[in-house]
Amino acid sequence: MHIIESGNVAAANGVKLANVKVIAAYPITPQTPLTEKLSEFVDAGEMDAQYIPVESEHSALSVCIAASSTGSRAFTATSANGLLYMNEQLHWAAGARLPIVMCVVNRGIGSPWTVWNDHQDAISQRDTGWIQLYCCDHQQIIDTVIQAFYLAETVSVPVMVCYDGYILSHTYMPFEIPKQADVDKFLPSFKPEYALNPNQPANLNTVTLPDVRPDVRGDMAPGYMEIRHNLHADMRDAIDVVGDIDKKFNQIFGRGENPYIETYRCDAAEFVAVCLGSLSYHLRDVVDILREEGIPVGVAGLRLYRPFPDQAIRDMLADLKGVIVFEKALSYGNQGALFADIKAALYSSKNRPKVHNYILGLGGREIKTAHLVDALRNSCVDTDKVGDTPVWIGLKM
Amino acid sequence: MTEKTTILNLSEDELVHPGNRACAGCGLSIVYRIGLKALGRDTILVVPPSCLTVLQGLYPIAATQLPCLNVTFASTAAAATGVLGALKAQGRESTLVAAWAGDGGTSDIGIQALSGACERGENFIFICYDNEAYMNTGVQRSGTTPQGVITTTTPFSGKSQKKKDVPSIIAAHGIDYVATASAAYPLDLYDKIVKAKTMNGPKYIHIHTPCPAGWGFNPRFTVKIGKLAVETGLYDLYEIENNKWRLTGASKKLIGKKRTPVNEYFNTQNRFKALSDEQISDIQKEVDIKWQSYDETYGN
Repeated sequence: MHIIESGNVAAANGVKLANVKVIAAYPITPQTPLTEKLSEFVDAGEMDAQYIPVESEHSALSVCIAASSTGSRAFTATSANGLLYMNEQLHWAAGARLPIVMCVVNRGIGSPWTVWNDHQDAISQRDTGWIQLYCCDHQQIIDTVIQAFYLAETVSVPVMVCYDGYILSHTYMPFEIPKQADVDKFLPSFKPEYALNPNQPANLNTVTLPDVRPDVRGDMAPGYMEIRHNLHADMRDAIDVVGDIDKKFNQIFGRGENPYIETYRCDAAEFVAVCLGSLSYHLRDVVDILREEGIPVGVAGLRLYRPFPDQAIRDMLADLKGVIVFEKALSYGNQGALFADIKAALYSSKNRPKVHNYILGLGGREIKTAHLVDALRNSCVDTDKVGDTPVWIGLKM
Repeated sequence: MTEKTTILNLSEDELVHPGNRACAGCGLSIVYRIGLKALGRDTILVVPPSCLTVLQGLYPIAATQLPCLNVTFASTAAAATGVLGALKAQGRESTLVAAWAGDGGTSDIGIQALSGACERGENFIFICYDNEAYMNTGVQRSGTTPQGVITTTTPFSGKSQKKKDVPSIIAAHGIDYVATASAAYPLDLYDKIVKAKTMNGPKYIHIHTPCPAGWGFNPRFTVKIGKLAVETGLYDLYEIENNKWRLTGASKKLIGKKRTPVNEYFNTQNRFKALSDEQISDIQKEVDIKWQSYDETYGN
């Protein structure tokens, strides 16, 4: 069934189709309509889940951590400062290897207060041990939410499904709601390795020593460092799992085929603009204009940001003349985080392209197509003149 | 009225292994052993950082025979909510959920999540063992540290503020059962937990728990000091059941009786050394006024 609805409603339908059993959330703009919709589903009896209206985002993720530890599929959603308030719980959920899924409806961070879109919230949490997927439209939101549970439960790592506040969360566009029977065929039920149970008592998340230590039977148990190494190794393995899940999804639903990077007019391109989220669709117009001018440029939207698909990045970008990274976030005092990641991925390649960095759209600053055209043209024409420092687009000072 | 448990009919099921990591004379090890007997085997525990985290052992060895979810400091009651949510979703509602936190994890960093869970009416038992400071991190002041007490963050003149009255705060949420207990009266605690198990919604039990290392006394006096806190009238054992407040156990027996002077309690512990005679006399006056009101209200 196709409907015309908001991105938040697309996400809510994905959660419903994924048969989530415990939902906990705290209101924050622009995530709120998503959790309102979920509470509506539960209250109307359309969804058989526990909806827990907690008193903070910290508690929202605490509820999900405990529900997942008790063996139920759990979901929450937040934005901006709400995500930051969850910070210690983000690390905890990943360390405890809990397959929680969370929608992050991207918004800038205070202070000063802003309710508008940028990516600083999710980017600042990139090292928490969560998988991060970014969406460009409503169809991707609903599809990615469903896939996220499969991914999280396959690799036992929590997943953030990120999409742009307002630009996607509050705009309306058509998308298909998959059939429940198809989703049930695609997504296996949640079977945790262990769930809290008095018949099988276990003490979870105990104090763990720096070194390995034998258990009561004399078998060696991992120390803190082995446990952390396993999280990293499984995150790296998740890159292939993302690809496998995309194939399976595509077979059933006929959508996907871009598990890591979604490209536009990258054929015979010498330059490629790279970014996260809906901006890559905006850049398609820009690329069309520049192609008219004869500039061989394309755009690549990264779907998977953590784990970082560095091989896919190299395969796509290593032989280009220039890579232009547009970012709605910044590692203050350095440069864009994605910019640094892309440069690191390309460092080992033989022919290193020039890599440029543009910072734009912070706190919802309007991103004008004309500005994007000028910036991208400039990077393609004067490839050597553009330096290593990030250039701000649309700054008025 | 349920019959009082005695040492003769107390459950012989030991759910806490001996040889755990608690200090000698630890009040928590008394209340935890007895408390788990009362909770029973069909229980899931939720525990934030505290001495209890250490008591329960280091990975991969555990001192407790109940399933336990260790959680972050501020999240205890929210995590208990999550366990309950999952149990409800799975139709496993007969399993009891009990959160067990220290005074810092309850009265300070944990109070927001606890207040939220009480307001939502979550069906769990929250037990606070109050040793009146952050003992696990080395005796720093907490919201429930009494006035005048020396801690490592009130090192010379003692804490200037009063003890936070957590049971009253929780009772203000209008929940059906709030009780206080003491490590010196474990069977009273046992009966209160057993009663709490029969009730729906949030239940809160606050246990005064002497700590030899943090309070500065010989480990063999844990029970004696716990009793003195009650016998001096400083710390009262009571229940608030369906909004009805009543003194219980050893405190109830003090109604109309002569109480031990508070000084005798203070003299047993190093932590009260900064108290001046004037402060002690002020505290005695406060206790006398409180008990005069008890005597008038509850005496014959």
